Amino acid sequence: MSFLSNILTGVSLGSIYAIIALGYTMVYGIAKMLNFAHGDVIMVGAFMCFFATGRYGLPPLVSVLLAVVVCTALGILIEGLAYKPLREAPSLAVLITAIGVSYLLQNGAQLLWGADTKTFTPIVSGSLSLVEGRLNISYVSLLAMACCLVVMVCLTLFTSRTRMGKAMRACSEDKGAAQLMGINVNSTISMTFAIGSALAAVAGVLMCSAYPVLSPTTGSLPGIRAFTAAVFGGIGSIPGAFLGGILLGIIETFAKAYISTDLSDAVVFAVLIIVLLVKPAGLLGKYVPEKV
Amino acid sequence: MKRTLSKTSINGFINYGIVIAAFLILQLLMAQGMISNTLKSLLVPVCCYIVMAISLNLTVGILGELSLGHAGFMSLGAFSGIVAAMAMQEFSPVPRLIAAILVGSIAGALGGVLVGVPVLRLQGDYLAIVTLAFGEIIRNIIVVLYVGLDQKGIHITTNSAGPALEEGGIMVIKGPMGAVGVPKLASFTAGFVLILITLFVVQNLVNSRAGRAIMALRDNRIAAESVGIHVTKYKLMAFVISAALAGAAGALFGLNYSSTVSSKFGFNTSILILVFVVLGGLGSIRGSIISAALLYILPEMLRGFEFITKARMLIYAVILIAVMLTINNPALKSLLEERDLSLGGLLGKLKNGGRAKKGGAGQ
Repeated sequence: MSFLSNILTGVSLGSIYAIIALGYTMVYGIAKMLNFAHGDVIMVGAFMCFFATGRYGLPPLVSVLLAVVVCTALGILIEGLAYKPLREAPSLAVLITAIGVSYLLQNGAQLLWGADTKTFTPIVSGSLSLVEGRLNISYVSLLAMACCLVVMVCLTLFTSRTRMGKAMRACSEDKGAAQLMGINVNSTISMTFAIGSALAAVAGVLMCSAYPVLSPTTGSLPGIRAFTAAVFGGIGSIPGAFLGGILLGIIETFAKAYISTDLSDAVVFAVLIIVLLVKPAGLLGKYVPEKV
Repeated sequence: MKRTLSKTSINGFINYGIVIAAFLILQLLMAQGMISNTLKSLLVPVCCYIVMAISLNLTVGILGELSLGHAGFMSLGAFSGIVAAMAMQEFSPVPRLIAAILVGSIAGALGGVLVGVPVLRLQGDYLAIVTLAFGEIIRNIIVVLYVGLDQKGIHITTNSAGPALEEGGIMVIKGPMGAVGVPKLASFTAGFVLILITLFVVQNLVNSRAGRAIMALRDNRIAAESVGIHVTKYKLMAFVISAALAGAAGALFGLNYSSTVSSKFGFNTSILILVFVVLGGLGSIRGSIISAALLYILPEMLRGFEFITKARMLIYAVILIAVMLTINNPALKSLLEERDLSLGGLLGKLKNGGRAKKGGAGQ
């Protein structure tokens, strides 16, 4: 039974990773940049929800919506101020800027809200008892899995059916050609950041509901793990982020249960290195040979 | 050709000169008793950070690959250096320190090979994320590591009870508590010598055939490959040398405190060093030395002002973004090129960062 319960914990953790990884993978696919600040947007989202429910007593749904709105605005703002001027710059410069933004958010949060760890009030509580109480699933876990599925389906439909989604795919394939076809590349990239950041807000609330601690550095490690998930699944691929996230959640939970809690991160990152060694394009990514 | 060569070697000599002059002035001031104890305690860490900055500059500025786990190599060097120093109890301090630094740099180099071989073959931002992951793995592993020394040699275990030691054995690394009871062997002179060695290694590498190959890879990998430069070999060379120097700096750093925990060498430390390198100027060794020294000492000196202490990293973050946006500003870049201006000092060196894309034009 503990095996099954580990699997469930893993899948629910993995669902959260998958939602975060979707943000990474979409931004990477279209802007070809590693958005280091993504993890910290998660933290901002969680803080928004924390203040809305804890301090102002808003109902959970409203505070989640508030977090989503704030994070979306933040994502567009970051993209416009920090990344847009660097469209033509070498990738090293973009990466360093992204790290700068990540640090800015972390330290800004620390100055504004303090460095101490806060206790997050979960948006849903309680758990479902199965098999005569031998298997417990918390409602947060179920909510995380449901959210992940909904997000996946919506995103898949969005990118394959809508005009904006098609524009996104076109931009990620070839920006120049997309521009010639009359697609506004800049607004498409902004839109991608907006969607990614909105997802980050959802993931932040879910993560802090499942593991109710919150501090300015809450987002950074899950952000890196989710990036690992995105690379694992094949960066740039939406189903890949889903698959990578779930697998990574399971691997992490099993590492915690059967190896050592202290070493779980080491195991996760070792997975990343092995994946990059054996299959650099990830599980579902496609290998694109470089043309000269 | 001759003119450029002599120019680079003059540049190199100026760097040696700056370091030697700073050392002599500080020694003189110390002899006069004009340096506070706070500043004195900062001298060895400053030397370590200068070496870290120069070595990271080799990876980021000269090779053009981003490493976010530089502190991981420092950590490897620190802990292996501490073990080496503890294992050589019967020797006098100087050979112990030298051996520790050597062991530290070897450990760093091994780590560099381990990370570099799989990852340097990949393109894009993977190196950044893998070095980051590597730094975290090292930190994780040292937290669960228990290392003891006795007559029979070194005992390593992950059992929290620690290894079974014979009588007279000592524990060196105690898991989450890190290394304890470390002899304080490090001295400012040792740090100074280490900086000189680092300068010697990096400057001679940069001005050699290998160094030119490395810079060619940074400026245009495909063009470099097409003239027969072995990509992996030269990338690995730069990366491993950088890691070895970081290991050496780590060993010196570790032997400066009586106890060291692995969380000292976390992601934040890696970023701090990256900030030093970027603000000093990508590819500029002198810039790294000056910015590491200034940026490390300034906040410590300003500890009295509460706001600066609190907002230090925030200010760094803003400066980091501002510098990146400024040097990559197309308007500014074309203005500089049009007028053939090279802003003296810091900004002139910073232009090197933008040069990567222009295929090394103007050199």
